[in-house]
Amino acid sequence: MTSASRTTVLTIVTPEGVSFPLHLASPLVRSVAWMVDVSLIAAVIWALLNLLNPFLVVMPDIAIAFTLLALFAVELGYFILFEWLWKGRTLGKRLLGLRVMDAAGLDLSFHQVVVRNLLRFIDWLPRIYLLGGIVSLLSPRYQRLGDLAAQTIVVRVIPSFEPNLSMIEPGKFNSLRAYPHLIARLRKAVGPDESAVLLNALLRRNALDPDARAVIYAELAQLIRARSTFPAEALDGLSDEHYLGNVADILYRR
Amino acid sequence: MIIDLARFIEKEKPFWAEFDQLLDAHSRGAASAWPLAAVKRFHFLYEKVSSDLVKISTFSGERELRSHLGSLVARGYAAIHARQRRTRRIGLLDWFLRGFPATFRRTIAAFHVAAFITIAGCVFGGIAVLVEPDAKEAIIPGMARELLGSPSERVKDDEQRTPSGRERRTAGAAWYMTHNTRVSIFAVSLGMTFGIGTVALLFYNGAMLGAIVVDYVADGHGLFVTGWLLPHGVVEIPAILIAGQAGLLLAVCLIRPGGRSRKEKLRERLPDVVSLVCGVALMLVWAGIVESFFSPYHAGVLPYWFKIAFGLAEGAVLVTYLSGGFARLGARP
Repeated sequence: MTSASRTTVLTIVTPEGVSFPLHLASPLVRSVAWMVDVSLIAAVIWALLNLLNPFLVVMPDIAIAFTLLALFAVELGYFILFEWLWKGRTLGKRLLGLRVMDAAGLDLSFHQVVVRNLLRFIDWLPRIYLLGGIVSLLSPRYQRLGDLAAQTIVVRVIPSFEPNLSMIEPGKFNSLRAYPHLIARLRKAVGPDESAVLLNALLRRNALDPDARAVIYAELAQLIRARSTFPAEALDGLSDEHYLGNVADILYRR
Repeated sequence: MIIDLARFIEKEKPFWAEFDQLLDAHSRGAASAWPLAAVKRFHFLYEKVSSDLVKISTFSGERELRSHLGSLVARGYAAIHARQRRTRRIGLLDWFLRGFPATFRRTIAAFHVAAFITIAGCVFGGIAVLVEPDAKEAIIPGMARELLGSPSERVKDDEQRTPSGRERRTAGAAWYMTHNTRVSIFAVSLGMTFGIGTVALLFYNGAMLGAIVVDYVADGHGLFVTGWLLPHGVVEIPAILIAGQAGLLLAVCLIRPGGRSRKEKLRERLPDVVSLVCGVALMLVWAGIVESFFSPYHAGVLPYWFKIAFGLAEGAVLVTYLSGGFARLGARP
């Protein structure tokens, strides 16, 4: 089961009731990947033509025939071959961190790869993917006609990085750590977006104007205090900044 | 609720690593050799990792871990559920002898529609040229200039021409193959315009064919045009019609999905469309060779009766092939 929104995230819900997000690639990013692929195809064709140049004099008939067939094979076969062998990736897509997937989050089938690439011929119309571009802009999942026919989507493979926690400086003694059951509740009460805001605010500490920093930290501390139930003795003498550092320490360090 | 996150991770980590390894093995195609116990273990680990993902998703700070488990679940989901809808894999020879003809026959209603539209185009093109000879220029594209002149002059030139070693027959064959394959892919792709584009393309192809044939027949060169077009046309025209058939199959998925969603119907039809397209490509390779190496030789080199007999023989083989007449060849006893 899937649910889509125009916010570029497609949430796949498995029959087991588990959900995971797929980040849809925008037409702009896809067009950059396509330009990389086209540059590569052009380079291959250029090399091929140079290679065949001497044969054009010796046996022009065979050389022209081979050139025509090779150009056609490269033009059509490049995308099919790479997307099939590299599981939905061409060189351009790999560089841009994109991947073609089944629209239901499943593995691509060979039929899907062939159909989505054959339909480039119509997506190209009247020139440089105008029709495909318009269709993908209007589609809720950014699908061009080839994607719609083959039931495929193009997603961004987003690498996740461990935050540099050495920049968070909680007090040497984290008074909140004495309450494991309250820590578990806090972890449930603070959502991923809020914890990301908290972490960013702490990591950017030195980039913030001191007055602005005091205001931001006070607001964040007030927001998180409202979600937590730590006793007063655990919070005694903690500044907003120290309190936030302790909370981040709990949320991000195991 | 998980109280001790570190302990939970320590306890579950071996299962995640094992599932990761099995997924890698699966992606290398090793799963087909797994015994039942290994398949059961794979499924158990998928459910376990799914359950851990749900548990961990309540922890706001565990972005990295959530992402890792999410990725494992996504790969497991793709592996387990894609397997159910995967069709039986067949070899190339099996597909050529049985798969493609069977697909053609299973979806022959769309072929009949494509043929009807093309014949309608032929009739239109023929009548247009009979009624108004200048219509030829409007119907036949400028790139086929040799067809725009007088048929009698062309027949005279062609019959007097002797083959020379300077003619680029191989390049011509390659051009016919790639050009016709492009037209066929176009006919298939235009199915996504709810079939309107496919119908227009088939009708226009028919109109061109009708205009050319009637032009030559009306000028008294029926034998020439038959000897010229039949050897390659008997394969090339059905190939274009089958491409139209594939395009119409796509169109039917959009217009009348038959009680299911368009997505489901399209998904179901993809193997048929790909099988038809591959078959068309093979037919056009043959047609391109014949069109370049056989069709251009006329009475001076090859007698017309021979060319027509060759075309009829090809047609008989094609009909037998598409009817499944060669299905027993290469079949395992």
